[in-house]
Amino acid sequence: MTAAVTRKHRFSLTPYLFILPHLIFFAVFIGYPFFSGLYISFFQYDVLRPEATVFVGLQNYLDLFKAGSVKFIEFWNSMQVTLTFVIFSVPFLVVIPLVLAVLLNIKVPGRNFFRAVYFAPWVLSCAVISLIWWWIFQSQGGLLNYYLKMLGLETPRWLSTMPYAMISIIIATVWWTMGYNMIIFLAALQDIPTDLYEAAEMDGAGSWARFVHVTLPLLRPVLVFIVITTIIASFNLLGQPMMMTRGAPAQPTGGGATEPVMLRIFTEGFVRPFQGSAAAMSVVVATIMVIFSFANFRIFRQRD
Amino acid sequence: MTATLTPKENHSPLLGYRAEKLLKRIALYTTLSIVTLIIVIPLIWMFSTSFKLKSQLFTKDIYWIPKEITLENYTKILNNPSTPIGQWFMNSLFVASVTTVLKLVIDSLAGYAYARMEFPGRKQIFGLLLATLFLPGVMFLVPNFVTVTRLGMLNNFSGVIIPALASVFGVYFMRQFFESLPKELEEAAQIDGANRLQIFLQIAVPLAKPALATLAVIEFLGSWNDFLWALLVLKDRAVQTLQPGLRTLQGAYTSEYGLMMAGAVIVALPVLILYIFLQRYIVQSVATTGLKG
Repeated sequence: MTAAVTRKHRFSLTPYLFILPHLIFFAVFIGYPFFSGLYISFFQYDVLRPEATVFVGLQNYLDLFKAGSVKFIEFWNSMQVTLTFVIFSVPFLVVIPLVLAVLLNIKVPGRNFFRAVYFAPWVLSCAVISLIWWWIFQSQGGLLNYYLKMLGLETPRWLSTMPYAMISIIIATVWWTMGYNMIIFLAALQDIPTDLYEAAEMDGAGSWARFVHVTLPLLRPVLVFIVITTIIASFNLLGQPMMMTRGAPAQPTGGGATEPVMLRIFTEGFVRPFQGSAAAMSVVVATIMVIFSFANFRIFRQRD
Repeated sequence: MTATLTPKENHSPLLGYRAEKLLKRIALYTTLSIVTLIIVIPLIWMFSTSFKLKSQLFTKDIYWIPKEITLENYTKILNNPSTPIGQWFMNSLFVASVTTVLKLVIDSLAGYAYARMEFPGRKQIFGLLLATLFLPGVMFLVPNFVTVTRLGMLNNFSGVIIPALASVFGVYFMRQFFESLPKELEEAAQIDGANRLQIFLQIAVPLAKPALATLAVIEFLGSWNDFLWALLVLKDRAVQTLQPGLRTLQGAYTSEYGLMMAGAVIVALPVLILYIFLQRYIVQSVATTGLKG
């Protein structure tokens, strides 16, 4: 403790030199853009033609909330696509990993092997897994329709018709990331003391009763954590539709049936030269996400 | 769950306890094996397709082992100047290695200071860093693209390496680790007259080797697999990395799935090999941090 006392006595520059390298990058690429993103959203902004920058006030935002305009339709269509993906992917991304974790928590030979295999897809990149599944779902030469046909089942055009295009993206995503949630569940399961199960077993609880009355209640904090992080991760959907469906099929009203909001922002700001409008969309999306995580954080805190 | 703890009426009255246990085992292994197949089949299909000629892709029957194994897909994409995948591989390796090394240095310095040093503003600055962990990445996309363009870092590796150094995750990770270390060794060194940098380099860093290795694996994987930012910043084919490169590859050919799967194998194989050797390590880091993803 003497060291701590002498430390307090004289002001030293050393600590600041330790944190400075990181702090500089942090200031430029996290601190500054926090404000400049908002600033850019008030302009008609094309980074490659700085001379064409025009201050438009709230116009970029008004466009997003003016019912009937093209921007309105495209933006809210993409929000709806993202939301649909969240609603239909998150349950699978929570329940399947939970079941797998429970199965792998049984102490049988080979569980480490299965755990390693199930987690493996997660280390691959979005581009790799999208390309693999894009090929599997192809109508011509695709693996899935080959076997469906063999079984005498319907062979839909997976990547270009609805709801199959969305289902394809969900399947690819679940295959890719379920191992991640499984590992977190498994770590939490291993923290549950075994004597609790033994006590429940002595009381005559079968395996289902033990799961419902011992495992689930003790797992609740982790379950909430996983649900929140998975919703946020699913909200960021981009690469899979970009490479598998390109947002197709087109909607009669405008926008694509599998074009999520991140892809919309990408198109607006980096394919088309509308960085101001893309910044405004980002602000709207980010605000929704922050409110969502904050609300969840509060509820989570209150209950515990 | 020892066998001596005979459960009351936990098993079916028709079957003996042992028989039921055996049946449960069979059901368990069947389920686990089916899931294993679901995980492995797409990967095998990727490898299998990459060794097939185009004429074998659309046959009436599917052959898991190509009738005629060819390396043509690989030689073709490696020698096509419009999809220089060998160059992209080197670019990815360079970007991921440099990013990882720089992050380890910068983040361990900062993490150590936040864990071990007393200085005015420490709590406030660290609190600010942590608060930004809740901010979604989408809000930084446009403004950072503008910054990178203004600084002349478009089509330059610095445009992907430097913004990555702003990330708070590594600082937080290293701080947590340094806080868990006992203070005594460092205090003894301080009494012996060592300065802060010497203590950091000679005592703290050697003790932090496991944490640094874990962070290195996480950051290398993250950088190697980065798709969106690399796609935005590295547009010229010569400076592209592998992930956006795969998208270029996809756009450059039509229905040449053999070529594309060869590309996917080239991108996936290093990571899969890394995973096979460091599997326990990677899984452990996810279990303990539970943060990235």
